[in-house]
Amino acid sequence: MRVDEKLTIDAFKTDRESHIKINHDICRDKCKIKYCLFICPGHLYTLNEENNEVVVEFAGCLECGTCKIACIEGAIEWIYPRGDYGVQYRYG
Amino acid sequence: MDKIDAVIVGGGLSGLSCAYKLAEKDMQVIVVERGDFPGSKNVTGGRLYLEPIKSIVGDMLDGAPFERKVVRERWSLLGDDNSISIDFTGERFKQTNHSYTILRAYFDRWLSEKLIEKGVYVIPKYRVDDLLWEGDTIVGVRAGEEEIYANVVIASDGVLSFMAEKAGLKQKMKPKNYAVGIKEVIELSEEKINDRFNVDINEGCAHLFIGDVTKGMFGGGFLYTNKETVSLGIVVGIKAFIEKTPTIEAHALMDDFKDRYEVGRLIDGGSLVEYSAHIIPEAGYNGISKLYGNGIIVTGDAAGFALNMGVTVRGMEFAIASGIIAAESVIKAKEAEDYSEKTLAYYESKLRETFVLKDLYTCKDIPAFLDNDSFFSFYPKSFPDLVEKIMWFGEEPKGRIGKSLWGEMKASGLLSFKRLKELYTLKNL
Repeated sequence: MRVDEKLTIDAFKTDRESHIKINHDICRDKCKIKYCLFICPGHLYTLNEENNEVVVEFAGCLECGTCKIACIEGAIEWIYPRGDYGVQYRYG
Repeated sequence: MDKIDAVIVGGGLSGLSCAYKLAEKDMQVIVVERGDFPGSKNVTGGRLYLEPIKSIVGDMLDGAPFERKVVRERWSLLGDDNSISIDFTGERFKQTNHSYTILRAYFDRWLSEKLIEKGVYVIPKYRVDDLLWEGDTIVGVRAGEEEIYANVVIASDGVLSFMAEKAGLKQKMKPKNYAVGIKEVIELSEEKINDRFNVDINEGCAHLFIGDVTKGMFGGGFLYTNKETVSLGIVVGIKAFIEKTPTIEAHALMDDFKDRYEVGRLIDGGSLVEYSAHIIPEAGYNGISKLYGNGIIVTGDAAGFALNMGVTVRGMEFAIASGIIAAESVIKAKEAEDYSEKTLAYYESKLRETFVLKDLYTCKDIPAFLDNDSFFSFYPKSFPDLVEKIMWFGEEPKGRIGKSLWGEMKASGLLSFKRLKELYTLKNL
């Protein structure tokens, strides 16, 4: 099963506004390897090659915090989604 | 303004335990939880060890929705295409309430309902955004438009603890101090679980894997049996992950693990019912934050109370114990009518007398010891290879077993100076 299919099994309540913000200047200029592209368990980060910009599909965020730690250049500003939003685990 | 006795940020195990003990003393306490209900944002591997906390929990866990009592422990070293396992069981584990597997969405929710019956306000669906200050003292929290004033704020907001950070109590979060855990909950009938894991009704198995599961990176795999599901997952150190070349995708690592012959057989026919992930504190004693300040106490994962002992990973009983001790500290502070760090220092000194800081201190050198690819690559490859060579019978006549074994051990480097030194270092752990 693909990871995006796995995410459809979880319960999400998606806010209109993203709780993850990317500083594209830091991301482009400072970060060579872009760990977020492969370390996110939900595989939510992708590189838009047209404008060389990392984009994040925040709606499927598992709220694990891995990207916040792995982005050692500090380009990712990650906070919890607002109350009442985000992933709702039914097993945990 | 009116202040309540305590506001607790986060309805996880430490926050709820703290609230429970405060409610027993008729203290006014509010728990603010950002999920739909306590437990809905929480993830565990995982199992809860009850022995360390049995003398302090009182009746708190009476009737708790445990999944299965762990009576069987397994460890597997996974080579590239072979493996070797240890399977342990013992009467002592069967006869006592040693450890149980749990699922947090059930467990935490149940505990919060017990709290509500005790008159505690548990407010779900609110994210705490900030702390309220009066000079250098914390006097409450702000959640959206709401302000809640309290004599003490209990930061029980998990490993990412934004509250401890805002209070200036937290170390900068570095990749080497954290691991990422990825977990799948897989539905499997009770009967199949009993058969496949060789356990009786309500009995369970805890199975840890190291080696190929993380492709040699710091970490491992786990499988815990629940009533009618299994919790299957992997844990990888974030530093090891970002240093790995060529890069590996985290979600693909999980799939490779499930595709292993050893694992696939155990979950065959099961259906995926949840996919989750969370970071885990891995630094042990050296990663612990400052535990209190004027008007604030930090508990559980927020404080860094998690312990990778190599053979098992612990955290939840530390969370419960720290929550209970935090409650005792708030009670002391109320008696003294002083909520400054001078009085709240009781929290740390009491933790030092209990297994929480004692065990963490005892194991303080383990993270550095485990920061060695021997445990995640060399040993998991060498031991199964050795067994494979012993058990393989081909066309050539077999040499003398002892002689071949000795030769293979020498050739693999198992008898090298480096390995003997590693073995010798073990005595200091």
